[in-house]
Amino acid sequence: MSESGKVPGLWRRTTLVDRGGPRGIDRGGRGLLTVLAVVAVAVPLLNQVVPATSAFHLSPFGITLIGKYMCYGMLAMAVDLIWGYCGILSLGHGAFFALGGYAMGMYLMRQIGPRGVYGDPVLPDFMVFLNYKSLPWFWQGFNHFPLALAMVAIVPALLALVFGWFAFRSRVTGVYLSIITQALTYALMLAFFRNDMGFGGNNGFTDFKEILGFDLHSDRTRVVLLVITAAALAAGYAACRKIVESRAGRVVLAIRDAESRTRFLGYPVESFKLWLFVISGILAGVAGALYVPQVGIINPSEFAPINSIEAVIWVAVGGRGTLYGAIAGAVLVNYLKTYLTGAFPEIWLYALGALFVLVTLFLPRGITGLLHLRSTQT
Amino acid sequence: MERLPKGGHLLLVLLLAPWDTVPAHAQTPKDATFLSTLGELRDAGYSDKEGIIERLGQTGHPSVRAVLTALIEERLYFRNTDQKIFIAKSADSDPLRLSDPLTLKDAGSAPASSLSQIGTNNALRRVLRMALARFSLSSPDAGVRSEAAREISKSLDDQTVALLRDRLPVETNSGVRKEIGTALALAALDGSDTAARLAAVATLRESVSQDVRNRLALLLDKSPDGGYTEKDEKVRQAAASAVATIDRWRTFYSGIQTLFFGLSLGSVLVLIAIGLAITFGVMGVINMAHGELMMFGAYTTYLVQVAMPGHIGISILVAIPAAFMVSGLTGVVLERTIIRFLYGRPLETLLATFGVSLILQQTVRSIFTALNRSVVTPDWMSGSLRLNDALEITYNRLYIVIFTLIVFAAVQLVLKRTRLGLDIRAVSQNRRMAKAMGIRTEWVDAMTFGLGSGIAGVAGVALSQLTNVGPDLGQSYIIDSFMVVVFGGVGNLWGSLIGGTSMGVVNQLLEPWAGAVLAKIFVLVALILFIQARPRGLFPQKGRAAEDK
Amino acid sequence: MKRKSLFMTVGLITSGMVFAHVAAAQDTIKVGVLHSLSGTMAISETTLKDTVLMMIDAQNKKGGLLGKKLEAVVVDPASNWPLFAEKAAQLLEKDKVAVVFGCWTSVSRKSVLPVFEKDNGLLFYPVQYEGEESSKNVIYTGAAPNQQAIPAVDYLMNEVKVKRWVLEGTDYVYPRTTNKILEAYLLAKGVAPADISINYTPFGYSNWQARVAAIKKFGSAGKKTAVVSTINGDANVPFYKELGNQKISAEDIPVVAFSVGEEELSGLDTKPLVGQLAAWNYFESISTPANKAFIDQWHAYIKNPKRTTNDPMEATYIGFNLWVKAVQKIKSTDSQKVIAALPGTETPNLTGGTAKVLPNHHITKPVYIGEVKADGQFSVVWKSAGEVPGDAWSDFLPGSKDIEADWVTLNCGNYNKVTKKCSGQNLK
Repeated sequence: MSESGKVPGLWRRTTLVDRGGPRGIDRGGRGLLTVLAVVAVAVPLLNQVVPATSAFHLSPFGITLIGKYMCYGMLAMAVDLIWGYCGILSLGHGAFFALGGYAMGMYLMRQIGPRGVYGDPVLPDFMVFLNYKSLPWFWQGFNHFPLALAMVAIVPALLALVFGWFAFRSRVTGVYLSIITQALTYALMLAFFRNDMGFGGNNGFTDFKEILGFDLHSDRTRVVLLVITAAALAAGYAACRKIVESRAGRVVLAIRDAESRTRFLGYPVESFKLWLFVISGILAGVAGALYVPQVGIINPSEFAPINSIEAVIWVAVGGRGTLYGAIAGAVLVNYLKTYLTGAFPEIWLYALGALFVLVTLFLPRGITGLLHLRSTQT
Repeated sequence: MERLPKGGHLLLVLLLAPWDTVPAHAQTPKDATFLSTLGELRDAGYSDKEGIIERLGQTGHPSVRAVLTALIEERLYFRNTDQKIFIAKSADSDPLRLSDPLTLKDAGSAPASSLSQIGTNNALRRVLRMALARFSLSSPDAGVRSEAAREISKSLDDQTVALLRDRLPVETNSGVRKEIGTALALAALDGSDTAARLAAVATLRESVSQDVRNRLALLLDKSPDGGYTEKDEKVRQAAASAVATIDRWRTFYSGIQTLFFGLSLGSVLVLIAIGLAITFGVMGVINMAHGELMMFGAYTTYLVQVAMPGHIGISILVAIPAAFMVSGLTGVVLERTIIRFLYGRPLETLLATFGVSLILQQTVRSIFTALNRSVVTPDWMSGSLRLNDALEITYNRLYIVIFTLIVFAAVQLVLKRTRLGLDIRAVSQNRRMAKAMGIRTEWVDAMTFGLGSGIAGVAGVALSQLTNVGPDLGQSYIIDSFMVVVFGGVGNLWGSLIGGTSMGVVNQLLEPWAGAVLAKIFVLVALILFIQARPRGLFPQKGRAAEDK
Repeated sequence: MKRKSLFMTVGLITSGMVFAHVAAAQDTIKVGVLHSLSGTMAISETTLKDTVLMMIDAQNKKGGLLGKKLEAVVVDPASNWPLFAEKAAQLLEKDKVAVVFGCWTSVSRKSVLPVFEKDNGLLFYPVQYEGEESSKNVIYTGAAPNQQAIPAVDYLMNEVKVKRWVLEGTDYVYPRTTNKILEAYLLAKGVAPADISINYTPFGYSNWQARVAAIKKFGSAGKKTAVVSTINGDANVPFYKELGNQKISAEDIPVVAFSVGEEELSGLDTKPLVGQLAAWNYFESISTPANKAFIDQWHAYIKNPKRTTNDPMEATYIGFNLWVKAVQKIKSTDSQKVIAALPGTETPNLTGGTAKVLPNHHITKPVYIGEVKADGQFSVVWKSAGEVPGDAWSDFLPGSKDIEADWVTLNCGNYNKVTKKCSGQNLK
């Protein structure tokens, strides 16, 4: 073992993981990628090609819904990455999601330009209303898409880095870590609710017009956004897969299962945790950034602790430690929520609550565990 | 300072009117004027009512006081059929028990729908209050007299001053004497005698009242032509020094008040955290349904009050054990059905209890609707304790602080002196060893969870006095309770006590400067940083077995 | 043979069901109800959902609308703003409702606005709000600031002779806007800036001790002081409790609230609140035959004689009747046509007057100031001379005093009279 803690060939794919079929991806992963490919092809067809009067036509509402589910899937995957594979239960991942969303939201707000209510070409409406004379420093440059895109990754990464560095260095683990991630997202929620912060306060950002010159309300843009989301989800999955199957991934698993032992073996446990946490934060931020243009609003209640807990529930329902399980769980729970709030508005909370209880009690490995999709190793 | 406002007019009239105390059974001319003036109240507009009340006083009828009190307490009615006016003994009962305004004797009862109330508005009530203060000056209750003197001091004129002067020699209570003295001194400030004014300033120096301070500050004002309103130099200097003294004292007292605010906020935090600290510490269970258990306690209080509407005073005392039972039983049921299967997996219990919290919330919403429920504060808990003019401590918060300490002591007692407590402590330190020693750990777990939940219910009773009782009550407090537990150290009650109290005090100290939100954010960030330094809280659990959690 | 007949039977039954479903669907007019039934806003919004259902019930008993029955489509956006947009899209695109009654908070309205504007839906919004908006697809039956806040301040200034003002609000757009308007108004009336104190607290704020003590201090400077409260929702209860405990009565420092009505009072112990003020366009205690009938109808429908009625319920009532009238006039439920037909439509309100739809998509409403009584009802201490027309763009804010909304002649919700340009919330 090297003294500096660097393990040679860390990122090389290990041979110790059961990879299932000849393509090197296990069944669940293949299933996921197939589904995503189908969605990416079917949605444009069903919306643009199939006429609006047909029963098979996919309405914009449907497009938005599917896109939203995929963004949530990405968030769930980010949570699963650190929870399922490293044992870090973050109850505040919604913070990274929301930060990425706000970064994208800031870009979209700048794109409104003079078409806002007060007609100011530079200042968004809420700033005019609060008597701002000029754009605050942290808004500068957000009318450039590349910068906004960079911020989508950088801001959550920075927060994850700082928070993680402090937390992991002090060996805060388990329940304590979870609770202080709650404190983090709660503090951010309170901060962003303040109208004085320069982020739109309680109303957040809304009333977006266009992204990169394309009208956000047109069906075509929505379809394209959805396809991009599907692609991002697939790419994110591939990246996460690569990480967990590499030698670094094995170390991370070891940290999850026996942290002290791993540390005594000489691995820099804190560094591994930190980097995984940062990557997970970036993933969540990207998910948030894709979410906002599709949903059309970003608001401080995205920081609410309950949203982060819901993300964890998705992973638990889907099956943690599988990545594709997390995505499946996110889609399933949110679909149920959509259906139940429409069909049984009076009692959907019962159903959801019961689902959580039953899954935790009887399906500790989630739905995917039930369907025996996981490989035997992990 | 207003000179001879409407209340003053009224007082003047009341004072000058001859007060006949001979009871009249037959209708005298005075009775007739009294009744007819009273009758005018039925149809008059609010501003006219003030004039009518003045004329009522002029009649000098012995029932005037009772009628005015009834009017200000919304107990004056007229019967729809014959327009006759009545005083109701209490506004709450239906049918209303009536008494005749003329003789103040019983006049039977009538259903509320057959009577129309004679209404008041704020301005009218103000006038009435000042009028009634004159009567209250001779009340047997010292507190009432003190209040009356303060009320009168807000509108001084020759007649009220004479009234106070007459009262002073026969007043036995020192507090009331002080109030009267202050009022007389305020009056003397308007006099022409410089020596008297100087003496008045010296007396007023002792006060810490805002009104006195304002009045003294007026002496230092410049009038429009450039000169001071107070002509004498020495008086001005004395006034300036008195104002500075009063300000210093007021700042001191306001500091104490802020400290009290912090303590009371902290005591609420401690109360909501104690139950969680126990379940967390002993069983490693993160109970996300803790807030809902508190909510159950609050709703129990509501139900107890609905069940005993006439005895609001003791309803809280009845509600405390009731809430303990309700929430405790819920907790035991939860433990036996769900949590039992999730031991050693704290993160799973978090998720499962989160599901339970959703179910509990929706249950309450279905049974009681989403609307808030009204929980009445008993009289002995309402109002505030007036230590002096600058320091008033609200009773409900004071009692909650005391209550928290009692609960804390009780829990400590249970843990340290009872068999159950011994078992709980043993299991929390080393479960396997305790089991090996013959302790029935499943039973202890159920009891521990029941105890923690019961305390949550009791916390809910306290919360019902502070905030609204609705299905979302738990959600507002769950984050805070977790913070306190993590700060104080899991499983450690002293940690929760000190942690909660300090968090409350810090929050309140910051609030005047940073505003409510920033103060809260600061406390959260400080907590996050604190955990970095002490990852297991203020008072971590000792022992190797604790590391496994 | 058997299998064939089995398939045929199944096929027939299925197609029969589909046809029946389709046929049944065509016989009803769908009315969407977009109110939170869970979450923080459930307290306020569940009542409005029930009100809409009650009105649909009553209309169906009268024979429905245009010969068809009305069918309610109720969804629960769960006080979650993105979910509001999703549910709105669901109602308009999937369920194809003819009209939606919904929303409460401004955030929820702003998040559904793009959906309604794109799908050309019609929303009736029944809650008092901050103005600064006029959408083609929304009819605002709640009060604009000039129908609630300004008259309340006038009452305090003229009748109660208030000289010092505390503007106490929850930190979000409605109080921020209202306080901005009120501050400009007060300054224009000659109130010194030192006599105005503006303060914001977060949602659900319950630790009012220090804040109420500060109000007490501000109010003991020797001038008559009043609090204009835009505190919202749950924070009101601990606020009023604290006022009572610190013995600040309405006669000393009156508090006029814009978000406290009969329903909020029903969850409070009202004894310490006697004399506190509220400004609305309707009170349950106003005695008219229409109001009595409405209250009786409500008690019968909700099966609880103790349930109160309040202003947003009246606004829902008015909105529903306006829609029915417009649809009956043009004999169509097509939202484009109904929107064009609505300005000028009138219907009686519950306090003896008439509500008329204005070209800016607001309505005319009377203003009442009431004092809280011990039984949780209000006694009216002031009322406006007639109905006040709603002004979407406040005349007291520099950014909006030049703007007017007119969907009849100008076909624009954000028309600047000075630059003569229609801008802002344009429909592409």
